[in-house]
Amino acid sequence: MLIKEIQFVGIDVMNFLELLRDFNEVAGEATPLLMEGLQFTVLVSVCAIVIGIVIGLIACLMRMSHFFLWRWIASAYIWVVRGTPMIVQAFFIHFGLPQIISLFIPEFTFTVIQSSIITTSLNAGAYIAEIFRGGITAVPKGQTEAARSLGLSQGKTMRKVVLPQATKIAIPSMVNQFIITIKDTSILSVIGLPELTNKTKIYVGATFNYFASWIFVGLFYLILISILMIILKKVEASFSYERKN
Amino acid sequence: MKEKIRVTDLRKSFHHLDVLKGIDLRVQEGEVVCIIGPSGGGKSTFLRCLNQLETVTSGEIIVDDFVLTERKVNINKIRENIGMVFQSFNLFPHLTAKKNIMMAPVDLKKMTRDQAETKALELLKRVGLSEKADNYPHELSGGQQQRVAIARALAMQPDVMLFDEPTSALDPEMVGEVLQVMKELAAEGMTMVVVTHEMGFARDVADRVILMADGVIVEEGTPDELFEKPKESRTQEFLRAVL
Repeated sequence: MLIKEIQFVGIDVMNFLELLRDFNEVAGEATPLLMEGLQFTVLVSVCAIVIGIVIGLIACLMRMSHFFLWRWIASAYIWVVRGTPMIVQAFFIHFGLPQIISLFIPEFTFTVIQSSIITTSLNAGAYIAEIFRGGITAVPKGQTEAARSLGLSQGKTMRKVVLPQATKIAIPSMVNQFIITIKDTSILSVIGLPELTNKTKIYVGATFNYFASWIFVGLFYLILISILMIILKKVEASFSYERKN
Repeated sequence: MKEKIRVTDLRKSFHHLDVLKGIDLRVQEGEVVCIIGPSGGGKSTFLRCLNQLETVTSGEIIVDDFVLTERKVNINKIRENIGMVFQSFNLFPHLTAKKNIMMAPVDLKKMTRDQAETKALELLKRVGLSEKADNYPHELSGGQQQRVAIARALAMQPDVMLFDEPTSALDPEMVGEVLQVMKELAAEGMTMVVVTHEMGFARDVADRVILMADGVIVEEGTPDELFEKPKESRTQEFLRAVL
């Protein structure tokens, strides 16, 4: 009776309840699967962020160097990464690059994990380079002059005076980039990285629980990124210039 | 008396603009030289040449027998001996007052960490800021920041101190405290070159006052000579405007 009445209002309650029941089912069935996927998402993200920071710092310093060749290489790298979609980069690194390399080293291939880490690190590195550059440019010139006038070399001035300040300035943009990097790992499902999105796709393909599954994996990403944000808030707080008692 | 600074026919141009048009200057050990003059006359540029924050177009600068204008010279080593104080203080905002002072001596292996800390606290006491050792620059007033900046420069135990309009960015009530520190420094025999708009300071403390305008030294002399009986009309004009 009740169901008939509500159908009258135009809602298919039976189907709606079914979707909710699916959700329960998905939570039970898919969790172990998604936990496996989560491991790959976290592994690739962490590697990409750590390697990306190193590449980004080097590319940034090269780009700001007085030597034209370094500048040229760094600019070209940043230009290519920013100017092409990551999905194309992933395909190129996983399938294209080994083809060239195998001319010199027969049978050369990258594992999916290797390609994934290379792609995301190179990708994040280019954006992080620009974030660092923005931070460094924002440090007043007087800071460099003060350090140099005390006798510090150019390198020491960079390390001890400019970079600590540039990092603080760059943190908000950096957090943004880390979040993008985590989410971008989902693109690597196209080369077969068994991460969260890929695992969900496989699960959905077998069960057709679209609604519940995609909400469920969304929650995984939300939680993962929230944890990252909490950690980075702490990091950001440690950069504040307050008297510590 | 030993000659500390010798500048010969110093010229500096930015693109096609000649900022310094042949400056000659000698500064003896323990001498306090104040450079006054209108804005845009090349005072700050000249001072910045003295520790090579500006490269020169031609001419020669010798500080402590080192020829700064030679290409192969180790400028970092020479700068350790030349302290500089800036108009905008330029304290390092990510370091406490004490760490600002300690950084260069420790980093350049002039002192151990403990020695540098003792030295920093001693210098802070000397500029009257002992209780601010653990404060960050943004927690200090302008006058306090500038005093820390002077202490920071002194920590390297320089032979020569350069001051680039050290009180120009300060609120009027804070000018006195900074000038007081500079006065004490002068009395202790520090060789100082000071670009300043504080005519009172120049008159009281300087051994020699230089009026620089349009990239040349217009007139120089003792404070008495320059302030009481200026010879050049350019000097008279400037003094009329500021006094």
